[in-house]
Amino acid sequence: MTETAETPLAHPSIPDFVAEESLPRESRLSRPLDTLIRGVGPVVLALIAGGILLLALGRNPVTFYGDIYQGGITHDAWQDTVMRMAPLLLIAAGLVFIFRANIWNLGYDGQFMLAAAMIAGFAPKLEAHLAVWLSLVLLFLVAGVTGALWTVVPALLKAYSGVNEIITTLMMTFIGLSLANVLVKGPFQDPTINTPQTTALPLSGMLPNIPHTRVHVGILVAFAVILIVHYVLTRTSLGLRLRVLGANPRTAVHAGIGVKRLIVTAFLVSGFLIGLAAAAEILGIWGYVRADTNFQYGDAVIPFVFLARLNALAVVPFVAFYSLLSIGGEQATQNANLPTDFLLLIVGLILLFMSLTEYFGRKRDLGGSYLTAGLAQALRRKAENA
Amino acid sequence: MSEGTRIRMHDESAPHDSPPAAQAPAVELLGITKRFPGVLANDNVNLAVRHGEVHCLLGENGAGKSTLMSILSGMQSPDSGHIRIDGEDATIDSPRRALDLGIGMVYQHSALVPALTVLQNLMLGESRSLRLPVDTARQRLRELASVLGIEIDPNAEVRKLALGQQQQVEIVKALWRGSRVLILDEPTSMLTPQGVADLQKVLVRLKSQGIAIVFITHKLHEALAIGDRISILKSGRLVATFSEEVLRSRTPDELQALIVETMFGEEARAVSGVAELQGEIEGERKRRELAPEPILELAGVSARAEGTGPGVQEVSLALRRGEILGIAGVDGNGQRELAEAIAGQRPITTGEIRLQEASIGHLSVSTRQRLGLRYVTDDRLGEGIVHSLSVAMNLVIKRIGQQPFWQRGIVQQGAVNKLAQELVKDFDVRTPSVAARAGTLSGGNIQKVLLARELSFDPQVVVYNKPTQGLDVKTTRLVRQRIRDQAREGVSALVISTDLDELLEMCDCIAVLYRGRLAGTVENGPDAGERIGELMIGGRAA
Repeated sequence: MTETAETPLAHPSIPDFVAEESLPRESRLSRPLDTLIRGVGPVVLALIAGGILLLALGRNPVTFYGDIYQGGITHDAWQDTVMRMAPLLLIAAGLVFIFRANIWNLGYDGQFMLAAAMIAGFAPKLEAHLAVWLSLVLLFLVAGVTGALWTVVPALLKAYSGVNEIITTLMMTFIGLSLANVLVKGPFQDPTINTPQTTALPLSGMLPNIPHTRVHVGILVAFAVILIVHYVLTRTSLGLRLRVLGANPRTAVHAGIGVKRLIVTAFLVSGFLIGLAAAAEILGIWGYVRADTNFQYGDAVIPFVFLARLNALAVVPFVAFYSLLSIGGEQATQNANLPTDFLLLIVGLILLFMSLTEYFGRKRDLGGSYLTAGLAQALRRKAENA
Repeated sequence: MSEGTRIRMHDESAPHDSPPAAQAPAVELLGITKRFPGVLANDNVNLAVRHGEVHCLLGENGAGKSTLMSILSGMQSPDSGHIRIDGEDATIDSPRRALDLGIGMVYQHSALVPALTVLQNLMLGESRSLRLPVDTARQRLRELASVLGIEIDPNAEVRKLALGQQQQVEIVKALWRGSRVLILDEPTSMLTPQGVADLQKVLVRLKSQGIAIVFITHKLHEALAIGDRISILKSGRLVATFSEEVLRSRTPDELQALIVETMFGEEARAVSGVAELQGEIEGERKRRELAPEPILELAGVSARAEGTGPGVQEVSLALRRGEILGIAGVDGNGQRELAEAIAGQRPITTGEIRLQEASIGHLSVSTRQRLGLRYVTDDRLGEGIVHSLSVAMNLVIKRIGQQPFWQRGIVQQGAVNKLAQELVKDFDVRTPSVAARAGTLSGGNIQKVLLARELSFDPQVVVYNKPTQGLDVKTTRLVRQRIRDQAREGVSALVISTDLDELLEMCDCIAVLYRGRLAGTVENGPDAGERIGELMIGGRAA
């Protein structure tokens, strides 16, 4: 199979979407306004629709949203919100990095949980022998490498045989989650207790806090990674290669970019960053992993990655918003006597309004797309085959 | 409405049965104005097309020809002005409406479904009844084929037809529902000389049936050969319409001078060698002395096809230093595969490629690029550039990571911009700035960007695939001049083109690609055109 045939060919007439570079080509709105409407619009609409839904359910939306604010911001609650941001930002960084290349690593759950299980299992043993700070650094690396390794199979299949990575990464997630369970229930099981979980780290073995707060330093790692990813994507040759591949795989081949190696690199980096997310979460908050857990942070992050138009910096406010929603929402849903799943409903509404904004945007000649050309094409092909 | 009534309706209204008021033009465009953001595409255009005439619409790219015709075919609606069909005001607000009014359009690129048969393609629009009216359609095809004086096998798969035949099917399709106005958008750009002659015959027959034909072209000699009247569009305005009397009363040379003057005004004098824009290619080219040893050599090179094409099969050729070698052939005979195989974008399955005696068949695209082997792709928009990146970045896209534009992997925007500004100036790329997104440039300027990119940094051999396709006269001239200038400096060129005139004008030698194989090589000379034309359709007799 030839190189051109392996990568999905972007259709020239579909506006290619590479973050801020490819805002709608012929939008009638000014760029800042357009960005605002497309980014914030769906969120606002989802909150309004959620409010109407609350009214219909006989709850007071003002109280509900007030509770979210209280539970997520006031007193010390903002610290929990900030801590929740750490793994979300790291996953978002991993996704932005690879999505820019128009490659869809949807195996984040598998990569995350496998990395989580690995470090939860190794941490107590490692810290018994090494200094805590050194152990923590090593554990971050172990997590990253585990996440990266879990992308190797989809990466090679995609790069050398053109196998659709959406399918392979999703399938690897099933295996990854199961393998994580095997590890937690098997070699890493805490022998002193009956519940299937790893040995919990003592507080002294966890990530240190930022002075004068309860917030662990994982958030600093996350912000650093976001900045680095943004820099790499916008300023370096690697970033440009990724963007070219993402914008137009045929141009990438034409320009002599080593597409196969680049695909593998993108996967490894993406998996590595998602692994780091697991390290921040486990070493910062939990200290252990219980069997049959799946944080599903990636699923929550994906809509925001698109709302941020694959811009690493723009992801930050969206992730902050979601963290607030999920931390403050726990209290709010309890007070309103609703299941916490109601929060997922709001995320779902955001996705819905995102699609609607997109649809009307296109209809009204605003151009642009949340989907990259390649994904749009893949989806269309799927729809045609169906 | 059933198929039968529609055909009868057509018969009743067919011009040869009852000529519709001979005095009223078939189509009249009155004061058509169409604005796009920043562009006045059509500026108060008045144009009348009569029954039974071929009305040529001449103009450079961006002169507004396409906009005007898309207004007539219902794809766009004008900002102001109106349209009269047979003397009656008509509103054309959709392509369907245009068809109902009897306006058929044949696009430059085939709009047929390759995998379907001729008949199936023709019936695609027949969605009104559940059962496909196969028999009536067959009847209708026979009827139209006899009107056009052509033969078409209704059951042939379209992809197996020659491009000329496909175009005939397109014309049949445009006339299918009784069109009385036929718009042809650059219909000859994909045809062999024989195909052009066949098309001309078809047009003559259509004329005699009273069909009004709009013939869009930017080739002057074609307009003169085919057109009864010629209108010239320039920056959205209709600057002149030459009547039959004018066309008949002057010699071809006078007419050419007149039209060139009208099209370019003052610039005409600046356009050196007007002959080339007139398509005059009589062999006044001087034989150049070339060193005998080849710089690029292909020995039995084969490569797999993209899609259903023939690919490249055991092609051997040699290119000497400073030589311009043309590859002629009808589109889809392995041209792109050949170019990609040489550039390294397509793996070769057999054979060897040598550049300056070193085997390069296994080297990567970027290594070949560094060795001075360059490829100017024909797919400017789909492959040549990244729309969302700046012009500057597109100029260095084949040197990502290399000094001095990147230092330790970090882009040096200053160095990139400096190079870009020089190249933009050198190649006269019209762009607001080097930071403008490449996707916003016109086709001609994008081609200049590609040329600038490939011709900088010491090229040795440049492969051009359809280097002037879709370009306006001035850019075409500039591109050809560049190729010639470079050749004089010792840079060899492999020019792949479906435009035989172009190859005859520039090349030292012309090879013909037919079904992936080299059918033969012809030294350029006075009779080269004919011999190549024969080779181009080489195996068809068999």
